[in-house]
Amino acid sequence: MATLFELCSLIRSKNAGPFVLTFDLMFSSRENYERAKRAQPLTKAGLATMYGQREEDITLVYHDHALAIKASMPRPIFQGELPDSDCYGGQQYVPLLHLQVD
Amino acid sequence: MEVRVLAATGVLGAGFKVESLKRGVELKPTFIACDAGSTDSGPAYLGTGKPKLSREACKRDLRLLLKARDVLKVPLIIGSCGTSGRDAGVDWMAGIAREIAEEEKLHFRTALIRSDQSPAYLKQRFEQGRIKPLNPAPQLSEQVIESSHVVGMMGAEPIAAALADGAEVVLAGRASDSALYAAVPLMMGAHPGLVWHAAKTLECGAACAVVPAADGMFAVIRGDHFEIEPLDLAARCTPQSIAAHTLYENANPFLLTEPSGVIDTRDAEYSALSDRSVRVTGSRFNKTQEYTIKLEGAQLVGYQTVIIGGIRDPYIIRSLDTLLPKAKAYFDERIADLFPGQLSSEDYDISYRIYGRDAVMGRLEPMRHSSPAHEVGVLITVTAPSQELANKISTFVSHVSAHLPVPEYQGIISSIAYPFSPPELPRGPVYRFSLNHVVVPDDPFEMFRTEMVEI
Repeated sequence: MATLFELCSLIRSKNAGPFVLTFDLMFSSRENYERAKRAQPLTKAGLATMYGQREEDITLVYHDHALAIKASMPRPIFQGELPDSDCYGGQQYVPLLHLQVD
Repeated sequence: MEVRVLAATGVLGAGFKVESLKRGVELKPTFIACDAGSTDSGPAYLGTGKPKLSREACKRDLRLLLKARDVLKVPLIIGSCGTSGRDAGVDWMAGIAREIAEEEKLHFRTALIRSDQSPAYLKQRFEQGRIKPLNPAPQLSEQVIESSHVVGMMGAEPIAAALADGAEVVLAGRASDSALYAAVPLMMGAHPGLVWHAAKTLECGAACAVVPAADGMFAVIRGDHFEIEPLDLAARCTPQSIAAHTLYENANPFLLTEPSGVIDTRDAEYSALSDRSVRVTGSRFNKTQEYTIKLEGAQLVGYQTVIIGGIRDPYIIRSLDTLLPKAKAYFDERIADLFPGQLSSEDYDISYRIYGRDAVMGRLEPMRHSSPAHEVGVLITVTAPSQELANKISTFVSHVSAHLPVPEYQGIISSIAYPFSPPELPRGPVYRFSLNHVVVPDDPFEMFRTEMVEI
């Protein structure tokens, strides 16, 4: 077992415009990427639970050239709304760091 | 056929190395472009029309680019002037350009392309059902249109038209970042798939390099491929870093929407041309039936005053969940008492963010019920219809928050440590993003106004 943090060279969250939150997981080697692609540590259902979303609103793609997994979803709180505490959406990836990969 | 593209940096005002631009000039670009805006820093810039980066920083970059352009006699395209791309941002950038022209004895024919959208135009299109929500979108109404400042995000067409009309410099309002880089190659008849994919890759400058930097990139678009490299010879890009850039700030890296169609990178192939440059083939551009212009709108929410403090006492920290709602109930009573008939509970907002607990992720925080931190930071925000009201309310909010009735103690106690006197910091107007919609215009030009000026 390994965590996504151990397999990736970069894990980040970011605004994709003010209304969409996106997560990029860049793997540090093709081997690590292929391992995650087989084990599928991220699922739409899992993300939906973690971030309070509907599964059908979540985009989840594997990018073989970029050695990356990307997930996007409606921003749980739109950027700049009074209760939004993360203007750039930059600190929302933390619950993904220690997800286990077989 | 080849088009040689110099991308100066990710955002005008962020800077770039003089050496990098010099090398870019030596590579004989067909044109130079640079984006100058973003919504990433929040709705305040669109709301106020004030730029995010300093005038000095923008002037430094623009001066170097105007001089480079003058040496090469090629077009310089700057988009989303003044961060938001509001008309005020275009005028601000034009003012800087005029100053530079005078100081450097430069002359250039300049197109100012304005992108503010009038409520009258938007209401007409809204009534016609030609404003459509993206997913997700806030609810749109006439009231929202009337109370928002709205810009349209132009495609490549108005920029190309200005260049065809003889513009040497284009200072555009809100524009698709990629359109700044796509306009010239499309005019020259380059392959749209390659053009748009190259444009998308270039728009953040050397953000796609290893290591990412605020610096320039250079691309050459030819018949069936484009080649790309960072201008700084010490920087590299790799097939992975170029492929990965399609992920940046986008929802889907394979399908990227522009006004006239969708960039499709699903069959793109990336190969290393050298240890620092990459060749890309196979990108497509699927023209859509319907031409769409994305709208961005900012609406005034109110005026804000903030209070910053910290709590160290574990007995106070553990009681916050019961103490803060009590404090808020008291504030409601106090406001009703002090401002009778002036403020109803929907007119103001008093919020506590407890840093050290769940301030960053809120209800999504997976550790919100874990053992408390030994110290927490407190950020109180008071939002009201005027700055004066926000300030007045915040004076008793700060006072009461500093004297919470902690059950463990019999007498009065200072329950929050404030670093500042006074603790209340007026923050001015606050805005929200009020639209995530597209307009279906009659043509790519109707929403944008081009003015030709000699500078």
